[in-house]
Amino acid sequence: MSPTEPSTSGPIIETAGLTRTFTVRDGVRRRRLTAVDDLTVTIEAGEAVGYIGANGAGKSTTIKMLTGILVPTRGTVTTCGLRPVRDRRRLARQVGVVFGQRSQLWWDLPVRESFRILAAIHDLPGDVERARTGELVDRLEMAEFLAIPVRQLSLGQRMRAEIAAALLHAPRLIILDEPTIGLDVLSKQRLREFLVAERATHGTTLLLTTHDMGDVERLCDRVLVVDRGRLAYDGDLPGLGRTTGAERVLVVDLVAPSPDLTAIPAARHLDSEAHGLRQRLAFDPDLTTAAKVFAAVTERVDVRDFTIAEPDIEDVVRRLYARQASG
Amino acid sequence: MRATIRVYWRLLRAGFRRQSAYRLAALGGLVANTTFGLLKMAVLLATVRAAGGELAGYDTAMMSTYIWLSQGLLGSMNLDGRVDIAERIKDGRVAVDFLRPVDVQAAEIATEVGRALFSLLPRGVPAVAMGLAVGMALPESAAAYPLGAFSLLIGIVLSIATAYLVGICGFWLVETRGVQICYMVLSGFLAGLFVPVRIFPPWLAAIATATPFPAMMMYPVDILAGRANTTEALGLVAVQCAWLAGVVAAGQALTRAGRRHLEIQGG
Repeated sequence: MSPTEPSTSGPIIETAGLTRTFTVRDGVRRRRLTAVDDLTVTIEAGEAVGYIGANGAGKSTTIKMLTGILVPTRGTVTTCGLRPVRDRRRLARQVGVVFGQRSQLWWDLPVRESFRILAAIHDLPGDVERARTGELVDRLEMAEFLAIPVRQLSLGQRMRAEIAAALLHAPRLIILDEPTIGLDVLSKQRLREFLVAERATHGTTLLLTTHDMGDVERLCDRVLVVDRGRLAYDGDLPGLGRTTGAERVLVVDLVAPSPDLTAIPAARHLDSEAHGLRQRLAFDPDLTTAAKVFAAVTERVDVRDFTIAEPDIEDVVRRLYARQASG
Repeated sequence: MRATIRVYWRLLRAGFRRQSAYRLAALGGLVANTTFGLLKMAVLLATVRAAGGELAGYDTAMMSTYIWLSQGLLGSMNLDGRVDIAERIKDGRVAVDFLRPVDVQAAEIATEVGRALFSLLPRGVPAVAMGLAVGMALPESAAAYPLGAFSLLIGIVLSIATAYLVGICGFWLVETRGVQICYMVLSGFLAGLFVPVRIFPPWLAAIATATPFPAMMMYPVDILAGRANTTEALGLVAVQCAWLAGVVAAGQALTRAGRRHLEIQGG
């Protein structure tokens, strides 16, 4: 096998010392900004990886180097066994990318027409095109809007069409940049279910960036956190929680207004609303359990309803950043 | 090879269909073209008559052909240097172009040619009808028709391939409007949009023929007006093809060099 042949074994993404700097004009002065700084990471075929970090941490720049859109300043990158910049067109046949904020559909044409053009671009034989389009239309429930021009779709409909467009050629690797941004709860849920099913059927590798902890929890078995261009964490999601000491929050709705629930063992009262009708308590799952905290609360007041909130992604990332800065 | 043709043919058809979505714009363009056509007629035909019925090889019928063909081509020729890829570089949508297993330059040109070919219908056909109504010259030799049609197609592709070069200055400049406006002023004039290149003073005609602009519009019009005989017409088409090859090669090289400069705008 020649070195340019796409390999089907071995890691699907491999970077070493990957770095990208940009020139920023700051008034009249120019300065260099390092968007991705010495990133070394390996992703095996079949993994599902969440790539998270604050805005401007370098997530999108990384993705653009992995797919051959941007040329790295330093370091090496191999995707699907190919060099992304040199082999851009061959790599494009094996990767499907969705940028949540950019459309790859033909704005003025019906959705169906975009699929036809993309099928031609990817040189899909007629029967493969029909089967794959049918599968995606079915699973993403797009039949009702196939004949409508893209510009008239709702955001939820358009995102489904975008995902279908990126997956039409059944890529080995799917890269999603903020796929659920702006979607309502139901649309997010459907999209996640679709992605789980797609991976189960085709064994596709998934790399996604998101601000939504739900995306990571439901879709990813590995998390990479990037901070100012540098890799700050690489591991599973519970491990991230342990590293950052992620607290959970118990929210209780009470039958009657009550004083603040302080002095619950191993829990911390955060705040109260509506004269104490709703109260929020934080606890560390390593030191106590939700059941113990809840039991301690019910001993003191009558609880009408409760929820346990997961730490949100910004919170986890902020705490991870703070830990790194101090240690 | 067949697969490659199928891809760009699809993109061309997509461009054609996209353009068909803008009917009102086409109507507006037609009204403007016709108005300016009538103005050009008043000025240029008076000039021919004042010159004694013939000016630089144009009689009034040939001049009418020049006027109505050039007006009819305005919707299809890209003489203003405005291409969609410049906008896509400016706002970062160009990222998506690089995600497709196609040649970025070829895809852009195919799409724009599709749009240009559609524009021949609402803007070219009425202009020719107008010309026929006022009495324009038609070539005597039958060979001029297929030659003229081919020359026209090359002219359209050449105008788009050259405008593409203006657009991808964006890889370096991001904002290309300055370049585009300079280009627009030059190209229309040197392509022979306002007056035929052959009635330019010799020094100016020499400058014009050293640029690709007359090969976009002037040559096809001269062939279709019967201003060039078959031998001359073949020569003009050869010059057009040479320009097209050069411009496409430059576009390939610049696209490759520009990618190294590319910084996707808007994250």
